[in-house]
Amino acid sequence: MEKTLKKVDIIFEIDKSCSPLAVLDRTLQRPADEIILDLIDSGLKGRGGAGFPTGLKWKFTRNETSDVKYVICNADEGEPGTFKDREILDRVPEKIFVGMTICAYVIGAREGYIYMRGEYNFLLKSLQKKLDDFNAMLTEKGVDFQIYFKSGSGAYVCGEESALFESMEGKRGEPRNKPPYPTVAGYNNKPTVINNVETLVYTTMICHMGPERFKELGTTDSRGSKVFSVSGDTPIPGIYELELGMPLQDFINEFGDGDAKAIQVGGASGHCVPRKKFSDTIIGFEGIPTGGSMMVFNSSRSMYNVLHDYLEFFTEESCGQCTPCRVGCQQLLKGIEAVKKGDKPPAYLNDLKKLTATMKIAAKCGLGQSVGNPFNSIVDNFKEEIIY
Amino acid sequence: MSKYQVNLKINNMPIAVEEGTTILEAARKLNFRIPTLCHHPDLSVAGNCRVCVVEVKGAKLLAASCATPVSEGMEVLTNSEKVRIARKHIVELLLSEHNADCTKCFKNGHCELQEIASEYRIGEHVFLDLVRPESKIQDISSPAIIKDDSKCIRCQRCVRTCEEIQGVAALGVINKGDQQRISTFLNKPLNEVVCTNCGQCINRCPTGALTERNYIEEVWNAIYDPSKFVVVQTAPATRVALGEDLDIDPGARVTGKMVSALKKLGFNKVLDTDFAADLTIMEEGTELLTRLKKALVDKDETVRLPMMTSCSPGWIKFQEHMFSDMLDNLSTCKSPQQMFGAVAKTYYADKINIKAQDMIVVSIMPCTAKKFECERPEMRDSGYQDVDYVLTTRELAMMIKQAGIDFNKLEEEHYDSILGESTGAAVIFGATGGVMEAALRTAYEIVTGREVPFTNLNIQPVRGMEGVKEATIKIKNVKPEWAFLEGVDLNVAIAHGLGNARFLMDKVNRGETNYHFIEIMGCPGGCLGGGGQPIPTSPEIRQKRANAIYSEDEHMTIRKSHENPEITEIYKQFLGQPLSHLSHELLHTHYKPRKRY
Ligand SMILES: Cc1cc2nc3c(=O)[nH]c(=O)nc-3n(C[C@H](O)[C@H](O)[C@H](O)COP(=O)(O)O)c2cc1C
Ligand code: SF4
Ligand code: SF4
Ligand code: SF4
Ligand code: SF4
Ligand code: FES
Repeated sequence: MEKTLKKVDIIFEIDKSCSPLAVLDRTLQRPADEIILDLIDSGLKGRGGAGFPTGLKWKFTRNETSDVKYVICNADEGEPGTFKDREILDRVPEKIFVGMTICAYVIGAREGYIYMRGEYNFLLKSLQKKLDDFNAMLTEKGVDFQIYFKSGSGAYVCGEESALFESMEGKRGEPRNKPPYPTVAGYNNKPTVINNVETLVYTTMICHMGPERFKELGTTDSRGSKVFSVSGDTPIPGIYELELGMPLQDFINEFGDGDAKAIQVGGASGHCVPRKKFSDTIIGFEGIPTGGSMMVFNSSRSMYNVLHDYLEFFTEESCGQCTPCRVGCQQLLKGIEAVKKGDKPPAYLNDLKKLTATMKIAAKCGLGQSVGNPFNSIVDNFKEEIIY
Repeated sequence: MSKYQVNLKINNMPIAVEEGTTILEAARKLNFRIPTLCHHPDLSVAGNCRVCVVEVKGAKLLAASCATPVSEGMEVLTNSEKVRIARKHIVELLLSEHNADCTKCFKNGHCELQEIASEYRIGEHVFLDLVRPESKIQDISSPAIIKDDSKCIRCQRCVRTCEEIQGVAALGVINKGDQQRISTFLNKPLNEVVCTNCGQCINRCPTGALTERNYIEEVWNAIYDPSKFVVVQTAPATRVALGEDLDIDPGARVTGKMVSALKKLGFNKVLDTDFAADLTIMEEGTELLTRLKKALVDKDETVRLPMMTSCSPGWIKFQEHMFSDMLDNLSTCKSPQQMFGAVAKTYYADKINIKAQDMIVVSIMPCTAKKFECERPEMRDSGYQDVDYVLTTRELAMMIKQAGIDFNKLEEEHYDSILGESTGAAVIFGATGGVMEAALRTAYEIVTGREVPFTNLNIQPVRGMEGVKEATIKIKNVKPEWAFLEGVDLNVAIAHGLGNARFLMDKVNRGETNYHFIEIMGCPGGCLGGGGQPIPTSPEIRQKRANAIYSEDEHMTIRKSHENPEITEIYKQFLGQPLSHLSHELLHTHYKPRKRY
């Protein structure tokens, strides 16, 4: 199913004929299992990066027996080059609230939290008002569910779901061992659904438009559309909702400045795709998945500097608890510096690549596991820039 | 409720284990050893070092075996190519940020990192050296504990120990990424924070990042100094653990060999803290009875009950920081170590015609907090520092090795006299509940004229490893002078490990209890699990030491403190009676509040 670039308008759509609250009213009349079936049928996968099927996540949590369950909206948005959640929070917060309420209804939760990146606190004033109104509306309708804001501590790793729970519980933001997964033991060790901001909005919209219409977009593996944060060497940076499954070439034709040599897909922890691979790289779970960040680099950029920046970022933002990540990141960073300076031979890059293989399978959380993505894709495609 | 059995294969060998078992535990059942660093049997699971990773067929990621529960049909490989490469990388990474100058390190030969490194033959460093010069600046502020960040592998065993077992949380993780490390409140030196010097973190630190401050050289110097008369005292719990550092299995009683070794090391007299433990019982038992009388008969409102034991310097410092409003509940008795020192440099020095200033008192202790205690300003009542140097059980083992003594082949010898005679009541000081039991054996008999009503004097309800124990003893048919105690239910409680102590103190503070007497020991299991004992430690090892202590008790001819003939003598010739003026001067003290961080 060959796709081309197509702009869509689901997330930010303001449909005067059908407000989010109307969607909520209608959905709360439906049996929970039916909603889950719709979500599974829609093929919606998490938009926070890991791409777990949302319907299944809700189903697992629904199936857990517990008096207390939670819905958490992950609005930590720390991935460099990603700023779409901020836009969603600012423009269509009701759609998030509604998604959370539907989720609460499905799984049986009475409390929901929006864990918001500390840097977004400036949004809080207007958001709090809207949330208060929404909560009051829920109380009025007799819906036993309330949503609260929690402000993040500013560490990238706190966007990782289990570190986020630790942080919410007032502890150091260190990722936990898995299993148990959040659906079994999340916040306060209770069954928890944690979804990205955008994912929750899509759940609202799928309840609105039905799974069939959502499925019309995207590919078998990557249903629907997604919001992209486009930045870097592009004349038109910004937020765009695009159908999934397009080749990167289409993307660059639209957004490039004519001189793009590489695109970093998925932020610092994503993959770098060089020009020569643009046409056979698909944006989607079958190709290169992305949390939404698309950074364009033109020929004036040093890919050594790009990689160096990323590694510096990970060296600082690793929570530091596990060996492969804490020490591995430092070794990669110092390693490319040493190769650049000539203190280590170019062949040392191979030792480092082997190290990333270990980091990928032995680090405790997604942060350490994905540092190899930018490292290998940049080193493999731009070796000369790294060495000389 | 019996748990489900889960079937799995490890290295192609089938095994069925209970649901919830970790891969690591299951592998151990099949005798497959998987290396670990952050895992410890006393602590919660961290899963951060990652050396224990194994391959689970079908999984993309390796699993940390210490943190991953088994599941039905799982096929695990503990030594596949992937595992070996990853594990070797992880050890190489750890070493790359490690100041591996093993020959200068106190942990050389006892280090878990060193062991794994040598197993994997990590020779030439593949990776760059990341040791930061500033990390090599040790924290030597504490008289008990040395912290060396350049040896730290961030396993957080110390942090979990201090928080989970001790409830102190003096150590914590600060910063993230490459700057992450183990630190104290506001990065203050250890001697300025709530650290109790208990040494439990040392017992669980896999490397040389946390060690006791050692005084081996100072003690050798004293021994070799002809102008000094060096006496050594040995705490109750050392005699059931020393063997562990000298190739003997846990649980062996090595009292006689230890005495013999100490004599060979050149100490002028080998004496026993147990003597002072008996002395403590005389003083503390009498103090308890006096307090009860003042409270029950004289209705003296200033008397604080429950009375709490004061033998454990880690506990005392903990109380000074955290429960300073209850310092008056603390018995005024000094610990046996300090009673010994005070008596040695007065009564004993006189007897053997040695000037106190020429006497050096060395203690062999299961405890690191004793190093701090002996330097306290309150502990100079002989006119000199009552105890000069404290060595841990571990340091003594090192001295024995340095001297080339074949410990196992030593003949058993007896303590010198005087200050060498002791009772079964004294030796059980080394186990949780022991001070309570010893005190009850004596106090009950003082009050009733009869032995405690327990088979073979063994007061079972106060024994065992439960975190907090309670018991009630009915006092009946008392002697006329103790009439006010007739029919009284004496309520006692016992806690070991400061986490349990905190739990019990909170209960007392909330007024939920009606105890008369509480025994608290700072370390899990009591002194036998002390921060100066041989490493490793685990619930099983501590249980074996406890068994040995109670067996030592049963082998003693005298098992009640008040029947120790040397105790009778010291009161007759020197102290007069318990709580006498001289006793107060030498054997009792008071403590002051400290800050809460
Ligand atoms: C280091 C790290 C940072 C992450 N940061 C975020 C984030 O900022 N926002 C987010 O939604 N998910 C983030 N995730 C993914 C979450 O752990 C989690 O998978 C996600 O919130 C699940 O929601 P979804 O299923 O809707 O995608 C991060 C993961 C890792 C490993
Ligand atoms: S991979 Fe990195 S961020 Fe994740 S737990 Fe390990 S050190 Fe922390
Ligand atoms: S901590 Fe262990 S590996 Fe490190 S220097 Fe000491 S003995 Fe060697
Ligand atoms: S000595 Fe005890 S109190 Fe001090 S840091 Fe170690 S465990 Fe904590
Ligand atoms: S000090 Fe020791 S126990 Fe604590 S983290 Fe470092 S190596 Fe581990
Ligand atoms: S021992 Fe399992 S991760 Fe450290």
